[in-house]
Amino acid sequence: MKDRLIDIKNLVKHFDISGGLLEQLAVSKGRIIRKQTVVRAVNDVSLFVNPGETLSVVGESGCGKSTLARTLLGLYQPDGGEIYYRGDRIDGLTQKEMLPYRAKMQMIFQDPYASLNPRMTVQQTLEEPVVFHNPSISGSEVKDRVAGVMQQVGVDPAWTDRYPHEFSGGQRQRISIARALMVDPEFVVADEPVSALDVSVQAQILNLLMDAQEQRGLTYLFITHDLSVVRHISSRVAVMYLGRVCELAPTTNLFESPGHPYTRALLSAIPDLYDRRHKYIKLKGEVPTPIDLPSGCVFHGRCPYADGRCSREIPALNHQGKAVYVACHAVEEGRI
Amino acid sequence: MGHLLEVKDLEVKFALRMGDLTAINGVSFTLDRGERLGLVGESGAGKSVTGFAIINLISKPGYISGGTVIFDGRDLTGLTGEGMRHIRGNLISMIFQDPMMTLNPVLTIGTQMVETLQAHMNISRKAAEKIALEKLRMVQIPSPEKRLQQYPHEFSGGMRQRIVVAIALLADPALIIADEPTTALDVTIQAEIMELLLELCESEGTGLILITHDLAVVSQVTQKIAVMYAGKVVEAGLTEDIIDNPLHPYTQGLIKALPDGRNPGTRLNQIPGVMPSLIDIPPGCSFHPRCTIRGDICRYESPVLREIPGYRNMAACHMLGLKKEPTEKDRAE
Repeated sequence: MKDRLIDIKNLVKHFDISGGLLEQLAVSKGRIIRKQTVVRAVNDVSLFVNPGETLSVVGESGCGKSTLARTLLGLYQPDGGEIYYRGDRIDGLTQKEMLPYRAKMQMIFQDPYASLNPRMTVQQTLEEPVVFHNPSISGSEVKDRVAGVMQQVGVDPAWTDRYPHEFSGGQRQRISIARALMVDPEFVVADEPVSALDVSVQAQILNLLMDAQEQRGLTYLFITHDLSVVRHISSRVAVMYLGRVCELAPTTNLFESPGHPYTRALLSAIPDLYDRRHKYIKLKGEVPTPIDLPSGCVFHGRCPYADGRCSREIPALNHQGKAVYVACHAVEEGRI
Repeated sequence: MGHLLEVKDLEVKFALRMGDLTAINGVSFTLDRGERLGLVGESGAGKSVTGFAIINLISKPGYISGGTVIFDGRDLTGLTGEGMRHIRGNLISMIFQDPMMTLNPVLTIGTQMVETLQAHMNISRKAAEKIALEKLRMVQIPSPEKRLQQYPHEFSGGMRQRIVVAIALLADPALIIADEPTTALDVTIQAEIMELLLELCESEGTGLILITHDLAVVSQVTQKIAVMYAGKVVEAGLTEDIIDNPLHPYTQGLIKALPDGRNPGTRLNQIPGVMPSLIDIPPGCSFHPRCTIRGDICRYESPVLREIPGYRNMAACHMLGLKKEPTEKDRAE
């Protein structure tokens, strides 16, 4: 659909971790066989992002949320599925064809210590993307832009000649945000942008992100495991489990009436400052490995509502009305 | 009977070439038997250093430069070597953030547990294994007999942290110090581990010092909270008082900075600036450059933790309890 900023259809990303040929060889029943190990990080994910909204992708470690974001931006080549940007298909483009889209889609990373080049000054870090995408731009114009963006993110423009190590974690994250904003993007993917920060600094950065969205009309894809942050900043939420989206819903719907059994358990596990000693839904077992995915619904082994159908058939992400989508047989059949 | 633990004016310094850095400066609190205390603060507040100082684990160039840690009537700061070894892992256990770093990767769980027991008690391997099994059952590890033979890498993160808890419980300690025990874990596993710790502390009557940056986690587990900032306790009191009616401007700011889901999309309360680094702690109250209610006195005189008239919390702030009381709740009462 044209009015969607991003449309992802049946996206698949697998990683082959079997190594070289010699590492793949194994002996089984007296015969030498070749064994391949594949991590199924993202499986058949369909999502869309509307212009101007904040879509949060949540889930626990290893659920594929970061892989999804990186594949979406073309940092990984997908193994299947389609990605559209304003109706243009952008997966499988060559580096050169991808360039105009890269300027519109920027990324902010989790660790502001690792994502800034320690040998580049703030000025150099911020200049590089602009000059790269607009080779004809004049030097003074670049300087003006750098100063403008630094002002916006709350870093004193007098500090342009400093190196990243001279800044605190919060300041560095401001610089990473500034770098993303330098090319005037429409769509920003933020991968755990506040997870490494202290609470008081986290609030500063979240405010900054919300302000930048308002001033520039940005669209965010927010990757995080912190559900309190998600509730505060997002318009819609996608919950992922083992490489699949199990629920996609507007934030209020999701937090007030979660549909999928996994979403229910996840939300009940958030400690609430004002609800001391509240009870959470205990899941049995542990998250299976994405190397050896369970049959049927990936959650069935831990789900209190699972039945025979759940262990055979993969549930589709079904529309449940009011922009709520849930991938669960029990919900579909009205059992829960 | 006195307190289980009484920390008084504890001071830890790090001797560096540039001079001594004060990491914690006059920290005091008490803990009774079976009581649970949360030490809360942001990175650099000195909460972990406090935890380490209690069991005398400050390594060079750090040293305890003042104050006392009275545990069960004995001052631990004066103990060295053998004396301290009798306390650590025996009467006081510690749980750390990353279970993979705590467990020895080349020894089976069983070996590590038996080793710990034999270091503290004169018992046979058989008897030690029996205790180890019992503790693994307490932390709800399925098929413990099999698990005893396995190596740490064969466990998931949550299971590993359960094993660390089991090891901490081996000698039936009177106090467990848990330093960010669930920070590296996912939220569903965090809920499990926290519930487990809470149940075990309650059933075994074990005291707990929970060191964390996460106020929400602390609120679920402890009866008391001490909030630390730049090496000092700035507010202390009962958990419900600290959360529902914080007095110190830092505690108030910290709680208001948390997105709590009640006003989505609105600007969060932000405390301007960052926590000062140990090399340039400001004179007077170390929070004053970020404080919204500071007065002149805050610039040159360091406040002490004191009782605030009309409240149960203790706070270290000059501006509290003055005629112009800053909180509205006070007026309402």
